[in-house]
Amino acid sequence: MSTAAVELRGVSKQFGGVHALSAVDVRIRRGTVHALVGENGAGKSTLGKIVSGVHRPDAGEVLIDGEVVDLRSPRVALGHGVATIAQELSLLRDRSVLDNVLLGVEPNRFGVLRTRAARARFDELIARTGFGVEPDRIVGELRTAEQRVVEILRAVARDARVVVMDEPTAALFAEEARHLIETIKALRARGTTVVYVTHALEDVLECSDDVTVLGDGRVVDSVPAAGQTPTSLMTMMLGREVETAFPPRPAPESRGEVVLSLRGVSTAHVDDVTFDVRAGEIVGLAGLVGSGRTEVARAVFGADRLTSGTVEVRGRPVPPGSPATAIRAGIGMVPESRKTQGLLLDFPVVENITLPHLDRVSRMGVVAPAREDSLTAPLVESLDVRGLREGTRRQIPRNLSGGNQQKVMFAKWLLGEPQVLIVDEPTQGVDMGAKLAIYALLRRLTADGLAILMVSSEIEEIVGMSDRVLVMRGGRVVEELQGDEIAEERVMAAAFGTAVTTGSGGMG
Amino acid sequence: MTSETAAGAVQPPGGVMQRFGGLNRMRDYGIVASFVVLFGVLAVWSPVFLAPTNMLNILDQWAPVGLIAVAATLVIITGNLDLSTGAVFAFSGVVAALTAQSAGPLVGVLAGVLAGVLCGTVNALLVTVGRINAFMATLATSIIVGGTATLAADAKLITVSDPAFSTLGSGSLLGLKYSVWCFAVFALVCGFVLARTRAGRAIYATGGNAEAATLSGIRVSWVRAATFVVSGGAAALAGVIVASRVSTGQADAGGLTLTFQAITAVVIGGTSILGGQGAIWRTILGLGILAMIDNGFNLLGVDALYQTIFTGAIILAAVAVDAWARKSRQ
Repeated sequence: MSTAAVELRGVSKQFGGVHALSAVDVRIRRGTVHALVGENGAGKSTLGKIVSGVHRPDAGEVLIDGEVVDLRSPRVALGHGVATIAQELSLLRDRSVLDNVLLGVEPNRFGVLRTRAARARFDELIARTGFGVEPDRIVGELRTAEQRVVEILRAVARDARVVVMDEPTAALFAEEARHLIETIKALRARGTTVVYVTHALEDVLECSDDVTVLGDGRVVDSVPAAGQTPTSLMTMMLGREVETAFPPRPAPESRGEVVLSLRGVSTAHVDDVTFDVRAGEIVGLAGLVGSGRTEVARAVFGADRLTSGTVEVRGRPVPPGSPATAIRAGIGMVPESRKTQGLLLDFPVVENITLPHLDRVSRMGVVAPAREDSLTAPLVESLDVRGLREGTRRQIPRNLSGGNQQKVMFAKWLLGEPQVLIVDEPTQGVDMGAKLAIYALLRRLTADGLAILMVSSEIEEIVGMSDRVLVMRGGRVVEELQGDEIAEERVMAAAFGTAVTTGSGGMG
Repeated sequence: MTSETAAGAVQPPGGVMQRFGGLNRMRDYGIVASFVVLFGVLAVWSPVFLAPTNMLNILDQWAPVGLIAVAATLVIITGNLDLSTGAVFAFSGVVAALTAQSAGPLVGVLAGVLAGVLCGTVNALLVTVGRINAFMATLATSIIVGGTATLAADAKLITVSDPAFSTLGSGSLLGLKYSVWCFAVFALVCGFVLARTRAGRAIYATGGNAEAATLSGIRVSWVRAATFVVSGGAAALAGVIVASRVSTGQADAGGLTLTFQAITAVVIGGTSILGGQGAIWRTILGLGILAMIDNGFNLLGVDALYQTIFTGAIILAAVAVDAWARKSRQ
């Protein structure tokens, strides 16, 4: 057996007393795509970060090309030929593609840049990889998928022999994800080893040679990808058979009166959008990244300024201008990114939950902590936020898993007993268990008469959860689907503005 | 390992966490310990230190800086900085003295404070409506206000002959100077607001994560604006107190030295310069440490130059503990 490109022997890592990895052994063969999969908290990201030098193992050895190495930092890892494409893009948004790709490895003479040599080097990279990106475009103007390509080019420019990718298809729509998977295959074709950390099991099966399934910080199994199915991988991850993901859809008769109405709503990114959401109904808002789906949610919530149109709750116009008035009108929003837009990561969970509803827990401006505790405790209990039953006043969201953070976000809005709940990417980055819990919760809330507007880039989620689907393209609603019309192909076709094609496959 | 731990709940401290938990605790209690140790050392070394006159002097001397530092705590927790306080301090003193000359002491004091509130309002507008970086905006207003003060005073000392003008600065109640009362009441009110009220929550939330705060219905711009107005008002009150104490408005008083003295007290106390965390009691301990260093070096007859070096080292230590404590939590 030839030496592995990367080998981990007995690697362990702890964070705050929690064993993220316990004595993990993984062999990553040279020139293959090796997927690391598992639930959130299973340790797959930690493992990826050990290979890329972000984390240093507490115990065990890392071998590259058969030699024991100490990957103290991403820079040292790079010296050993390991480059990383992180979940959050790390590009200079205001600089050109060329500048980004050659950042830190610019051809120079005594520190003075050689622009012509840089261009030649870039052309050579493009020729070698076959990617089509214009060198002079400003990175901030590129689509997310193109930005990932820039990151990959950057890795190639550093002569990386191993590329670690952490959730590269997250937040990408189907076609973009597909493009990225082709890119991964192209990398492999030229002999690069790819370590591919992801939730997206279908993508894994599409492009991986080997799969290592992690659970609770241990290797459940390392197997060839051939012969596996999403279900078989899921069964390995969970250690049990998977139930059907989506709760049954209630009959259309159970929907009540119109609660939320948009009439000709326009903002900088949204063009003349009109629709209603009824009590007990989930309306799914689909579309490509940049189609305006999140911007519609933000407009309803008062986070973006309306240039024209009105938003009404039960026939009463919501005064535009700020989330504060939207909240008062009975609207809540679980935003796209819970870490940057939703939570105060270092504030007690209780204070996070009561932040939009301080009027309910205070008298004459003075907050009553006892009342905060008594109001939030039953919510935290009913949402089954694991590890949070007690001590919520000391617990901070930073230490919670993605799923539990998301449940805290739901608690935060449900405390105000809203009439309309907007959820933007409600299950992004949460594990399967939390995902199912969130789906069940959304259905339970509609049964209680809540009107839900759900924005999602996961097409299965849109199709599986929506009573009605609105598809957006270029800031407008271009299609409305209900009942039997709700199908992946029709959503995709409308999103891309093309005729229906078959074999659309999964999306990230 | 149970599924509970897989959910990412924090486990009882051990190993790595213990060390980092220690760092966080160091930020919490290190300041208290430093204060106590310094107090003890001075009490033992210098017989004069504990004398009531010395104590009262320290309080009176540091009350104006204290007013500015307490208000600066609010500004810093929202994630901003107000560099104009030293200039506002001088400007308000000049305005108070000039007005007192023509319209009497009471009107003078009120005019001085009002001038500071006005400066604070300008800062607030620049930062919120104008969306100018607070550091640069208040640096600019600092220079403008300082220049205006010199212009208004015609580069002279403005002396007020009416003895009533000196009441605020020199009068006392129950053995404590009015300045100390002003500081005590202001610190108590700000401490209460920050720790116990909705406004306090809004201030922390604004500095902790402005976007999340906005999306929770907090009017972040109003919160930021309010802290600048309070900061301007506090700087003005401090300026008026000092002008009253010496019956003179002085355009070259205060300045950036005073501004940074106040910010230093806040940072030494352990309030994070990055916003979102901090407390008034920390600032008071920070002030106490600065005051004791100043007083102690005097009493022990050490060269003042060592004092500045020592103070600088303490700032570094405080900021480093904050940075490491933050990093350890990620």
